[in-house]
Amino acid sequence: MTKVFLLDGAPVPFEDGQSVLAAARRAGHFIPHLCWREEFPPHGSCKLCVVKIDGRQVSSCATPAREGLVVQSATEEILDERRELITMLFSEGNHFCPSCEKSGNCQLQALAYELEILAPRHNRFFPDRPVDASHPDILLDFNRCIFCELCVRASRDVDRKNVFALGGRGINKHLVVNAESGRLADTNLDKNDLAANICPVGVILHKRRGFAVPIGERIYDEQPISARDLAAAREEPRERQA
Amino acid sequence: MTQRKGSGEAERDMPTPPFVPQILSCDRPDVVDGAVDATVERRGRDGALLLQILIEAQERLSWLSPRALSRIAARLDLPRAHVEGVASFYSFLHLRPVGLYRLLFADNIIEEMQGGRDLMLELCRQLWIEPGKLSEDQLVSVDVTSCIGMSDQGPSLLVNGRPITGLTPERIGAIASLVRDRISLDHWPQELFAVADNVRRRDVLLSSRLAPGDALRRAIAESRDALVAQVGRANLRGRGGAGFATARKWELCRQAPVRDPGARVVVCNADEGEPGTFKDRVLLTLMPDHVFEGMTLAAYALEAKRGFLYLRGEYRYLREDLEAVLARRRRDGLLGRSILGAEAFDFEIEIHLGAGAYVCGEETALIESLEGKRGAPRIRPPFPVTHGYLGQPTSVNNVETLALATLIAAHGGEDFAKVGTPQSTGTKLLSVSGDCAAPGVYEFPFGVTIAEVLEACGARRAKAVQLGGAAGITLAEREFARRVAFEDAPTAGALMVFDQSRDMFQVARNFVRFFAHESCGFCTPCRIGTTLLRDLLQKLEDGHGSPLDLAEIERLDHLLQATSHCGLGQAAANPVLDGLRKFRPAFEARMLHEEFQPAFNLDAALARARQLSGRDDALAHLPEHKP
Repeated sequence: MTKVFLLDGAPVPFEDGQSVLAAARRAGHFIPHLCWREEFPPHGSCKLCVVKIDGRQVSSCATPAREGLVVQSATEEILDERRELITMLFSEGNHFCPSCEKSGNCQLQALAYELEILAPRHNRFFPDRPVDASHPDILLDFNRCIFCELCVRASRDVDRKNVFALGGRGINKHLVVNAESGRLADTNLDKNDLAANICPVGVILHKRRGFAVPIGERIYDEQPISARDLAAAREEPRERQA
Repeated sequence: MTQRKGSGEAERDMPTPPFVPQILSCDRPDVVDGAVDATVERRGRDGALLLQILIEAQERLSWLSPRALSRIAARLDLPRAHVEGVASFYSFLHLRPVGLYRLLFADNIIEEMQGGRDLMLELCRQLWIEPGKLSEDQLVSVDVTSCIGMSDQGPSLLVNGRPITGLTPERIGAIASLVRDRISLDHWPQELFAVADNVRRRDVLLSSRLAPGDALRRAIAESRDALVAQVGRANLRGRGGAGFATARKWELCRQAPVRDPGARVVVCNADEGEPGTFKDRVLLTLMPDHVFEGMTLAAYALEAKRGFLYLRGEYRYLREDLEAVLARRRRDGLLGRSILGAEAFDFEIEIHLGAGAYVCGEETALIESLEGKRGAPRIRPPFPVTHGYLGQPTSVNNVETLALATLIAAHGGEDFAKVGTPQSTGTKLLSVSGDCAAPGVYEFPFGVTIAEVLEACGARRAKAVQLGGAAGITLAEREFARRVAFEDAPTAGALMVFDQSRDMFQVARNFVRFFAHESCGFCTPCRIGTTLLRDLLQKLEDGHGSPLDLAEIERLDHLLQATSHCGLGQAAANPVLDGLRKFRPAFEARMLHEEFQPAFNLDAALARARQLSGRDDALAHLPEHKP
């Protein structure tokens, strides 16, 4: 007898140790996320995977599934909160989609389309974040950083290089690289490192490879991020599901 | 820092940072390396000590240069990026050159009302500098900081980490002269640095005359179980605000699986950063033995061998006295090996300093900070009682809670429970500040009404009380019959009084600015939402508000409360929500427009162009903004 919880009324089977997000995704229910990836422990910072359980909003990536949980996800209230969070991320950084190499392949942009966000609602912050083009293969455009820390975690836990870390606090938080000069060229990042290939937005870019795929054939031109995410879940080996 | 050794006469008069006789030159690599190495040598090559090493290295070098960070990373075998990430998290760590004198005015609402901001501008005027900028001669910087725990005697400031309270125009003038004449802090008139205790009402705790060891002796004569049972009978609840039952916390910590019982950890949370709070300052000044004895009792109950006092950076000036008390207790057999001769009762207390981060008062952020990391709150569960400091079961208790545990161990739980209300036993220390005749610390039995406290402190024209600091609740006059108790109006003890003349919009604006400054930035809603909220209130302040902005504020408040990762973001909405609920006219008075107005003012934005072109005539302005 498999254990189940209820997600928006639908029974979702789960295994012990699985999070609400991972189980829902495995069962074919999309919950938006930016800082979560199946191969890493939950981080819980982007808050896009927020769901309501027992009247409280929690991060579904960090909430263990339990028998009999009643989880609300696609309600107007929660969808509104997710829209607000996405909108905030657009206000915080400098995101100019039409000129961005990652356009069409960017998770932030794709989620905005998924949630039907049409225009920014808040004042833009226009932070001053110079790019770092010092590395021979990789360009860092900090303007688009959403602080998911995937590059930090990938470099630390998988590449074992600690190329990235977070500095500053609050709205002045920023990505720092592992060099006294502050230049990526002075780190040991390689373009084949996981950290160099994990950015969900357009911060960590490979040089000499911009706009390689024509509009209409890019990842999220072909299917929305929800379908893409669920398709990816079906292809992943089961034991990797955190 | 450009000072060189051996410059004779000039050197004697050079000011020094606190407690370090000599400022070293940060631009000489050998000096930087030497200072870092000496610090690491003294503290130990342990990554968990990173924050402590950064603080001490900075005390030697005055700021942490890129080379200093590299050297620290190398000596501790840590990634440099990690070291930079930690160093840049804390307000009191400087990654750029600083002046010989760093003056930070406390920016809480009470001291703002008392004219702190005007005094800061006056000091800047006398020193010919701008707030927040280092003077061109590298001599001095003047800026603001969050509440420094002196709002009973404000306005106040920190100069190179040392508090000066009771600021007046005369004191500002004196400080300006001392700075201009480059007088060393050690040669400043010492009465400038006097901090009053302002104890106004004593009850069981503040009138306790227990000698060091009294409570411990009684506890050891009985048993660990008996001690926890006493604390349970007393129904002692955490004084940090949440009110979790202390005996239950200890019980959970004791039951947490652990390979070696001695690996459990006792932490005293002395990071009272809530604006308007200062009662722990007074406890640590007047009754440090009660606090340390409470920690030792907790260690006895938990069989813990290690304890930390996490002391907020603003209370750095208390450290030497506290270390002296610890040394005395070691000599007297109240700390160290076989405490009071009890077999296998070994316990040590280390003092760890914070460095200007309110969020570290949250217990999991505090533990991260203790481990030498950025103070970002952890995902909970697991809770610290099972996975705390370095993954070990850890009991984090408030300063006041631990001092009360000492009373309970000495006098028994029943006695304690006779005071207060059934759900909130004992007494509560209240930090009273604002519009009253006698600000200071008041110890009242739980259940005391706000009106009774106002009467006692001589607040006759109060229209509002902020209970529990910026994160707490705003009480209007009609609510003054409410009781200070976990079941009615819970609080960690800050009680700010606002009289009829005060503008509650300004109160909310100050608190929101505080949260935006103190957000750790980990989660999206708090990092961006507190900043948006701050900007919206500033927009209202600037006269561009419309009803649409109020709707936007309410929307942001909901998001912060519902989705923030920790209590900071959840509470950031409180002052505005309470203000809107109870003092809406103060907000609506700023709704000067019925239609939406942009915060951006085009005419003002052209000021720089006018300045550059040397024009200020009518044609250089937009039509409706003629000078």
